[in-house]
Amino acid sequence: MTQAAARPIPLTSPREEAVATTSTTTTRTTRRRRRRVGQEKTNWGTMVILLLCALTVLLPLYVTVSMSLKSTTQAVDGNAFSLPSPIDFSGFATAWELTNFPVAFTISILVTVGTVVGTVILAALASYAIVRNWEHRLFRWSFFYLLAAMFLPFPVVALPQIQLTGLVGLANPVGVTILHIMFQLSFSILLFTAFLRSIPLELEESARMDGATTWQTFRQLIFPLLAPMSATVAIFAFLASWNDFMMPSLIIADSSQQTLPVVQQIFQTQFSTNYNVSFASYLMAMAPAIIVYLFTQRWVMEGVTQGAVKG
Amino acid sequence: MSTPITTAAASAGSLVDEVEHVHVDHLAGAKADRRGRPRVDRIYYLFLVPTLVLFTLAITVPAVLGIFYSFTNFIGFGDWEFIGFTNYIAVFSDPAILSSYLFTFGFAIVTVLLVNVIALLLAIGLTSRIKLKTGLRAVFVIPMVISGIVIAFVFNFLFSNSLPALGSSLGIPWLSESILANPDLAWLAIVIVSAWQSIPGALLIYIAGLLAIPGEVYEAADIDGATPWYKLRSVTLPLVAGYVVINVILGFKNYLNVYDVIVGLTNGGPGTATRSIAMTIFTGFTGGDYAYQMANATIFFIIAILISVLQLRLTRGRAAIS
Repeated sequence: MTQAAARPIPLTSPREEAVATTSTTTTRTTRRRRRRVGQEKTNWGTMVILLLCALTVLLPLYVTVSMSLKSTTQAVDGNAFSLPSPIDFSGFATAWELTNFPVAFTISILVTVGTVVGTVILAALASYAIVRNWEHRLFRWSFFYLLAAMFLPFPVVALPQIQLTGLVGLANPVGVTILHIMFQLSFSILLFTAFLRSIPLELEESARMDGATTWQTFRQLIFPLLAPMSATVAIFAFLASWNDFMMPSLIIADSSQQTLPVVQQIFQTQFSTNYNVSFASYLMAMAPAIIVYLFTQRWVMEGVTQGAVKG
Repeated sequence: MSTPITTAAASAGSLVDEVEHVHVDHLAGAKADRRGRPRVDRIYYLFLVPTLVLFTLAITVPAVLGIFYSFTNFIGFGDWEFIGFTNYIAVFSDPAILSSYLFTFGFAIVTVLLVNVIALLLAIGLTSRIKLKTGLRAVFVIPMVISGIVIAFVFNFLFSNSLPALGSSLGIPWLSESILANPDLAWLAIVIVSAWQSIPGALLIYIAGLLAIPGEVYEAADIDGATPWYKLRSVTLPLVAGYVVINVILGFKNYLNVYDVIVGLTNGGPGTATRSIAMTIFTGFTGGDYAYQMANATIFFIIAILISVLQLRLTRGRAAIS
């Protein structure tokens, strides 16, 4: 490994150069060399294969869009890949009413926002308390206690949770939000504590010299420093909460308060042949997350990579 | 709510703590007691304890309660009495539960293999010398942000309408009927959709792993005249082995909970051919088998713990190597 990593040192670089400078110089050389090679030859074979694979991702999405724009008569002919002619938006109007879209959408948004905000705040506060008081048993043990939930799949506690949420009047979106936060905690605390341990204590000490309380230090110094990790935690919480089907479908007792993914079920039992309507509804359920993703791609990709590799 | 606990915990240290406390309280900061431990600012309890209480009520209490009920004949409401290990013994000889374990583990193994082979190949492709790198990467990640149940409904339509139409026009008999209605093939549809959905996550991890390999390693291999196959087998694979371990275990744990995709595709059918462990457990609430299915859930929990222990061992081993 060490031998392999030994890079060709540029002849001009003096020995006294700082480590950081050396590494940037070498990356630059490597990059320059790569670009030169890249200009020589693009791997077209690989690219064609990748484009074909990308089609398998895009095809179901194309079918969803094109089916949703068909008229009911065209949709039932069963040819999923034909282009809609004429373009007919009535599927969206019907789907909007059948699923009571505004209500389901609002509930999904509230649950997701509640989960993201709740997870980031509770996990950041708890992680800060744990890392700064690691010598104290209560805090150290709390860390392992909270982390233990990572080993607990939801199906294991589902039945008692359905029973208990019903008992205390939380068989509703509020209950789902609380449970979503609790199931995100372990992983989020793991990420936050790893990051907090890398923040030098001197930063905080200087703030405290200036008379800042623990709360002020957290609020004005630590929490802003945590921002990149908060973004990662938020992305995971968003994806888990917005797309969840299992928990809301089991916990929320009143079907008129169901989240967006769960209400899609009505097309399996009723209206099952009005494909343009059901696909319009699927599209409306998918679109928000895809749109959010398109605007935050880089964050999402970096966040997921960072989270998965560290977690 | 946290006040009594806070006070109790704060005074649990030593009297010295309390005495010092009075004098140095205004000097907020990293003060230490006589044993050299920093004194705990009380606000830290406020940061942690509410979360602990909520977590205990939402996760620990249900878990303990569920395990407790698994030793009773509770049906979800009304009276119950202890029946010892009766539920557990019955679970082990219940063909419905055994077949759900067989299906779920088979599904998880096949999906893990498929996802990791495809994701690794895609990652190698996406880090090679190609154009449109960013655009392609962005496209491949899209499935990750789509709800499993919704995309399963879309695939349900494709499997039960479009694929049979294609099959009959090509004259392939087994393809001209919906594979979702075929007890021997329905699982394949579930594997395909689950893989479609979870490849992006594994892909991103592999891309990170591949980008961490210094380019010089490949240059050295080039100088030695290595073939592309040799480079993949002897350079790339050993260097991403740690990422393979992460992906395989995270994926496997995830696939054992499979539920959404099955509901969207087959709802456990045809018959009970594709009923997963999670689906079997959930029948406990509607079928009056609460205690019985909690015994099943407890066994599932033990298996999940064993897999996690294995994960810790393997990933810690990796950390030691690198």
